[in-house]
Amino acid sequence: MYSVRLFAVRHARSFEWFYARFEAVMVALDPLFTRIGYERVERPVAAFERVTKRLLFDCKMCGQCVLSSTGMSCPMNCPKQLRNGPCGGVRPGGFCEVKPQMRCVWVQAWDGAARMKEGGKINDVQPPVDRNLEGSSSWLRVAREKAARSSEGSDAPRTAIARAFADARAHEPAAAPLAPEPAAAVRSGDAR
Amino acid sequence: MTDETRSEYAPWMPAYEEPPAGHVSGSRLERVLRQGRFAVTAELNPPDSADPADVFEAARPLAEVADAINATDASGANCHMSSIGICSLLTRAGYGTIYQISCRDRNRIAIQGDVLGAAAMGVRNVLCLTGDGVGVGDQPGARPVFDFDSLSLLRTIRTMRDDGMFLSGRRISRPPRMFLGAAENPCVAPLDWRPERLAKKVEAGADFIQTNYIFDVPVFERFMARVRDLGLEGRVFILAGVGPLASAKAARWMRSNVPGIHIPDAVIERIEKAAKPAEEGKRICIELIQQIREIRGVSGVHVMAYRREHQVSEIIAESGVLQARVPQRRRAAAAGSTPG
Repeated sequence: MYSVRLFAVRHARSFEWFYARFEAVMVALDPLFTRIGYERVERPVAAFERVTKRLLFDCKMCGQCVLSSTGMSCPMNCPKQLRNGPCGGVRPGGFCEVKPQMRCVWVQAWDGAARMKEGGKINDVQPPVDRNLEGSSSWLRVAREKAARSSEGSDAPRTAIARAFADARAHEPAAAPLAPEPAAAVRSGDAR
Repeated sequence: MTDETRSEYAPWMPAYEEPPAGHVSGSRLERVLRQGRFAVTAELNPPDSADPADVFEAARPLAEVADAINATDASGANCHMSSIGICSLLTRAGYGTIYQISCRDRNRIAIQGDVLGAAAMGVRNVLCLTGDGVGVGDQPGARPVFDFDSLSLLRTIRTMRDDGMFLSGRRISRPPRMFLGAAENPCVAPLDWRPERLAKKVEAGADFIQTNYIFDVPVFERFMARVRDLGLEGRVFILAGVGPLASAKAARWMRSNVPGIHIPDAVIERIEKAAKPAEEGKRICIELIQQIREIRGVSGVHVMAYRREHQVSEIIAESGVLQARVPQRRRAAAAGSTPG
């Protein structure tokens, strides 16, 4: 919802606090998720994530959530889906070029980031979205990525995209994911 | 391609040269900027035609004053001859060109391939843009792509150039030697964050910046002060965007119909009251160039004179910024010439 989305940005700092704790819980649950199987938890968790994040942020389930780096303003609501905005077309008063009645998602993002403790993360250059991950749970991805990272001791830069966008990769575990993806989390068969 | 293959199949084509030391591309624009000279770039109005003569016709009024000519990529989401086609023609004729890429129309597969294609044709400057939404153009039913944004595009081409690989990790045997450009719009919202975003573009890989139109010098001065505070001076070359306004009516139309254009009322009123509005528009443009030139950290100007291309050489000549320098050779250079 648009008004709730604006509320989230105004309270970006509280959301940041909550999200940090929530992330810790998800990472702590990694052994449990592994035991049950990420494949099997994927669908219920993704369904719950879709409902809550749609209500709060108008989430589009890109599967690579970077809200903590974008002032709690979801970049997928930008009509150009910029991951590093705003574009040069912002209207006077901070309204969107394409949807003039909507406040620019990225003007909101920079405002939100200014309220956050670690708002500086908005300066990281974010990689392009991996369309294969659309619809999958970003929360589970964060748990997998962070657990894999801590078990390996460091973040193994195994892919060119993770190396090219190293800052975003360091701060946003779901960006340019490296941990093995369970089949249930990857869109397949609709490439044509 | 070995030199023998080249001379066998395309003797007219100069060898693929590596840039000189301290340069990333060796383009004429890069050399002029690194020499500390005040650079001039100009925007070409792309033809709605398949005739190469129309490209040279469009370049003619810009060539003698511009260090590089920008070929727009369907600007305003209107369909015209492609930027890569125009750059290929002009580069082979010895002109410096800036290949504009908008993220609106092509995905990452197409863009990375086009960058190699452009580099093979001798293009050495590229401007990475987000692009206007499709709704403002002549074919509003088109599907907007926006697979990259301008920053992920910059970082991708930098990875191709400096690490010699595609974003997939596949190796590129001869990387594209491109001088990387980006745009910034210092005079539109959010004013406070525009300098930080410029810093982010430099971080993503931008070597030079071409700004949108500057009609409001005090706002631009504040922007530049912040840019200097962020320590960007010396890390990126900034070319300020300028252009002549034809009439008060045209200025008002631009302000309300072209995304991202800020023109103060005072400027429009001045044109409205003038006996010869077009002359006054030109006069304002010259004055703006002279004021902008004095701002610390500005390395050049980028002239966008849509449908007023005939005024460009006079504007640059009267502004005095070139100081008797002649940027472009007018004759097509022989094989072995420096790349564009």
